[in-house]
Amino acid sequence: MKEMPVIDEEKCQGCGLCVDICTCGALVLRDNRVRMQAADKCGWCTLCELVCPYGAISCPFEIVVEDEKP
Amino acid sequence: MAIETELLRTMAYFTGLDEAALEGVRHLFREHSFPKGTQFLSEGDRSDSLYFIVSGLVKVFKTSADGKEQIFRIIRPGESFNDVPVLSGGINLVSAEAMGPVVLNGIKKKDLEAIIRERPQVALNVIQVLSRRVQELVALVEDFSFRHVTSRVAKMLLEYADHKAGEGPRLTQQEMAAMIGTAREMVGRSLKNLEGAGTIRMERNRIIIADQQALKELAGII
Repeated sequence: MKEMPVIDEEKCQGCGLCVDICTCGALVLRDNRVRMQAADKCGWCTLCELVCPYGAISCPFEIVVEDEKP
Repeated sequence: MAIETELLRTMAYFTGLDEAALEGVRHLFREHSFPKGTQFLSEGDRSDSLYFIVSGLVKVFKTSADGKEQIFRIIRPGESFNDVPVLSGGINLVSAEAMGPVVLNGIKKKDLEAIIRERPQVALNVIQVLSRRVQELVALVEDFSFRHVTSRVAKMLLEYADHKAGEGPRLTQQEMAAMIGTAREMVGRSLKNLEGAGTIRMERNRIIIADQQALKELAGII
């Protein structure tokens, strides 16, 4: 299963900015909280993280060295 | 729960101690567990324990009056933090937050001082640990003074590349920016530049170092 941006439900205020900016259509506002509705669509553009004024959504990166990949 | 001697042996403070010595100090440690996002040390507070990470990752950072964060280090299993305030008897210079579920072992200042008095090897180890802290801080000043942002990003990528699966930190662009003293947008731009130059590849949530040598040259690492 694809890894998804991490949503901190305690921090999320349901402002919907991340939903508005998501060009992939992966996020949706439900019950005044952001939910991931289509994990496969998320392209990890990190725009949702960029616009969130509450720091409620994060898109962390794993850093790997190509030569050392299994 | 007392710490295992095997784990104690891997910590820089206790290298060179024999089994009996390790056995003698292990009961002085207390285990603490914190979930992701817990800020368990706050800048300006007084604290009297030195901590070692058993599992998980901890970021140590300072926050400016306007909320800007500067991350100093990401501490990995086996490493210590809170050394300076504990040894100097002062207040916390930085805050500490769990980047995921974290298990720590803490030792009180008075117990650590008793060990140092009793065992010169531990005193030498402490000097080495503190010397490394000074080296790290000098490197940070050097980075801020003399390296451009792309060079700092290159150095940070090399430093935090995951050499053993799952052990490296997973960093957001905001955290990367907070580590190298710049804005998030500058990190994004630098990553694009590095990708354009073929030194890294961005694959969804992975940054792959494609040309380690070129990245080292950019970072000024010979």
